[in-house]
Amino acid sequence: MPVRVIIPTPLRQYAGKKDAVEIEAKTVAEALASLTNQYGDLRKHLFTDDGKLRSFVNVYLNDEDIRYLQREATPVRENDTLSIVPSIAGGMAMRCICS
Amino acid sequence: MPIKLNQPQIDNIRSHAARDYPSECCGILLGKSDDGNKVVSEVVALRNLRHDPVKAQELLPLESPDRETDRNRFLIDPMEQLQVEKDARKRGLDVVGYYHSHPDHPARPSNYDRDHAWPWYSYIILSVVKGTPADMTSWVLNDNRERFDPEAMEIVNP
Repeated sequence: MPVRVIIPTPLRQYAGKKDAVEIEAKTVAEALASLTNQYGDLRKHLFTDDGKLRSFVNVYLNDEDIRYLQREATPVRENDTLSIVPSIAGGMAMRCICS
Repeated sequence: MPIKLNQPQIDNIRSHAARDYPSECCGILLGKSDDGNKVVSEVVALRNLRHDPVKAQELLPLESPDRETDRNRFLIDPMEQLQVEKDARKRGLDVVGYYHSHPDHPARPSNYDRDHAWPWYSYIILSVVKGTPADMTSWVLNDNRERFDPEAMEIVNP
């Protein structure tokens, strides 16, 4: 059952320049695993080194935050749309890491 | 390649930062990008969700909520962002970057900025000194997430 995963602009360069990818999956976790298996360079931007979804990466299933559904175990159905949306966050600190 | 903005857009960012001082302000840069050549067509001021510590903590927990507040942290509500992005796409625009202010702090990215950034986007930072907007800089995260590289800004005619 294919679901449509919308790829945000900054990550398209790691997903064959596609703005959306159709993926066969039964859950959100399966869809994201399949996506990052297909496009390995996406992984470090979505997941931490120990394989957890980065805290600032939000996933919406048809405009509903999966955090308020069953998180990554949320089932997906045919024609569902998954949107990957970063929590844009920042702020000042004591040490600069710019080049 | 420099990101292109016009003076009224820069003035909007500066006045937003002054208005929200001593809190951090934040917003979205909408525009078009052709082979990495970004042209800003709209600056959209958004609410710093750190003004609502309970909701913000739920969405993106802070390690030290007693020391990290809306004065040194900002967060854009991802739902609000999704709506702005969808509306922009209908009008043929894209999110090309974001801006935020550093009250009484240099316009340089922090480790916290880097940990929450993605490559490609432009991150404009505006320093606000004692309530007055000062230096404005723009940065792009490199591909391996190690550092921000400076990005030139070009002022174009509106």
